[in-house]
Amino acid sequence: MSESPSTPDSIHSDAFLARLMRDQLKLSIACALCFVVALVALPLLNYFQPEFMAQRVFGFTLTWLILGVLFFPFVWIISYVFIKRSIALEDAEAKAALDGLTK
Amino acid sequence: MNALLAAAGIDPWIAICSLVTVVITVGMGFWTAGKSKSAGDFFVAGRSVSVGWNASAISGEYLSAASFMGVAGMVMLNGYDALWYPVCYACGYLFLLLFIAGPLRRFGAYTIPDFAEGRYDSPVFRKIAVCFVLFIGFFYTMPQMKGAGTTLAYIFPGLHYSVGVIVVGAVITLNVSLGGMKGITLVQAFQYWLKVFAITIPIFVLASIVGHYQQHLEANKTAQETVAAAPAGIERKALTAKAPKDEQWIAPFGSLTTKAVDNAIKAAKTPEEKAALEANKKPYSLLYTYSLIIALVCGTAGLPHILVRFYTNPDGVAAKRTTMWVMILIGVFYVFPPVYGVIGRSLMPELYEAIGSKGTDKVVLELPTLLAGRDYPLLGSVLSGITCAGAFAAFMSTFSGLLVSMSSALAHDIYGRMLKPDSSPEQRLKAFKWAAVIIGVVSVGLGTQVEKLNINYLVGQAFAIAAASYFPLLFMSVWWRGMTMKGAATGMLVGGLMALGAITLTTLSDVYAVQSLADFWVANPLVRILCEQPAIWAVPLSIILMIVVSKATASTVPADVRMKMLVLHAPEALGLKQEYIKEHEGLGGH
Repeated sequence: MSESPSTPDSIHSDAFLARLMRDQLKLSIACALCFVVALVALPLLNYFQPEFMAQRVFGFTLTWLILGVLFFPFVWIISYVFIKRSIALEDAEAKAALDGLTK
Repeated sequence: MNALLAAAGIDPWIAICSLVTVVITVGMGFWTAGKSKSAGDFFVAGRSVSVGWNASAISGEYLSAASFMGVAGMVMLNGYDALWYPVCYACGYLFLLLFIAGPLRRFGAYTIPDFAEGRYDSPVFRKIAVCFVLFIGFFYTMPQMKGAGTTLAYIFPGLHYSVGVIVVGAVITLNVSLGGMKGITLVQAFQYWLKVFAITIPIFVLASIVGHYQQHLEANKTAQETVAAAPAGIERKALTAKAPKDEQWIAPFGSLTTKAVDNAIKAAKTPEEKAALEANKKPYSLLYTYSLIIALVCGTAGLPHILVRFYTNPDGVAAKRTTMWVMILIGVFYVFPPVYGVIGRSLMPELYEAIGSKGTDKVVLELPTLLAGRDYPLLGSVLSGITCAGAFAAFMSTFSGLLVSMSSALAHDIYGRMLKPDSSPEQRLKAFKWAAVIIGVVSVGLGTQVEKLNINYLVGQAFAIAAASYFPLLFMSVWWRGMTMKGAATGMLVGGLMALGAITLTTLSDVYAVQSLADFWVANPLVRILCEQPAIWAVPLSIILMIVVSKATASTVPADVRMKMLVLHAPEALGLKQEYIKEHEGLGGH
């Protein structure tokens, strides 16, 4: 970046900041929920359905397979979706704010 | 020469691989340090670091002795419950990514004390924040020292554990204070790839000869199986007396999470007491599991020596991309250490009987030597040498990184800002060297005391302290406009110090076998669990205090909070960052 563009006054309004934070937080919380639900659910399943979780799948027990192997790609998918959406969101916000400048 | 080594019980291959790793690591440190003279170069050069390099470097710094040796040892010892450690170590980065990485990078603060000062315009708060760098740091260095002592005692069988700790601690401390190992991206990135190579290659070779991950798991029968479904050709040695039973080991809520209640049951006098405790065993175990998960997931997002690295991203978008790659790189790594634990349980059960540095924490180092008994003596030695090299890379990189960040905290914040604000750069450099020596000596001293404790367990405790102190600070400061300095400081101090106190208490009673405390734990297993894993109460406590105190002191919300929040959250394309810096310059600020 060469010289900082003089930013439009509109972005210094409380409304702009509130919307910015709300949109980003919504996305983060949605992604975090997917993760937290899985983290909370797995011990609960182990607790209430021990026999189901102990069945053998490819030699692993089901719960061992989920925690020791499948959990990693699951989290990669969440982070991939988050990054794609969050970058798109930022681009849209920046564009909207800068358009406001030219008008 | 060979005869001499053999007489001392030293395998030349193992010794050579380890020596080469040490020489390369120290050498690379000095070579790159020579190219970048000042500490500032590290940051400036960092701006051009690509996402791939930076992600490798963060992963290299993150994978410590706990990941390389401790996870395998703990899975072997405790089975399923220990799997939460590798999974949460890797997946905790998701919280960092979702809530903290992007805004923190945009704010331009590269250490948590910097952030604390910048967000609240308060040098006092900075000093409070610095203390936790040291608290978390010391808890983190202890297991690294245990890793060092264990590895050296394995390579040189006659060597006493504490001699290994002292030798490795002295070498690294000297190296850091002489200016090598400045946390240069290249060295850290190299360390990551070395560690991945060292954990994967030996286990692939080994598994192809002695049987695979799932085959060895099948050899452990679950509670509902009457006979183990071990596939043909999978050998298994008889378990020793101290090894946990199959059905406890392979299932959730095993020996790790039920230890406190089990001890209480052993001491219970009447059958009624025993029955009451038995009924509580599983619910308490669930509580332990959740507390552990909270500690590890939130703790990852609050580790000071990892957050520093995010500054080397050019912008917030790159910071997010880097975090995703870190999760992939370390996730791939963390699949493998449990495999050592599982195969170790089948084929090296004698480790269950040994204590301290001769116990399960060395399974990663020793497992490849099994091949010697299967007509591949040379291959076994070479592969064991490779895992030893990986272990050296693990504790050296993490200990150096911690030593640098703790010494900087002492030299720049405590000496440079508090004791002697008008000191010259030369004086500060000298202070840094002395700080490194002091911290190195303290770490070695602490390290010699913790031989009995599991490496991975100790690192988990450092995470719990970070989860109760830095995580609430960062999370709330980034997302809540109403936070005041007093609220942030109260929450962080009370939550963090109480977690620290609880953990120190359990650690001390385990290390020194304090009888009165041991009796107290036996009488109150629930208190023991809540002290051993404090995150489940300490993290909410910290956040609630932050909200309550901030509401009470709402008049002291920083005047320019809207501008600060804009800098944290607005996309870089709007150019707010520079504006913010200019304003500060105009005011003649820092």
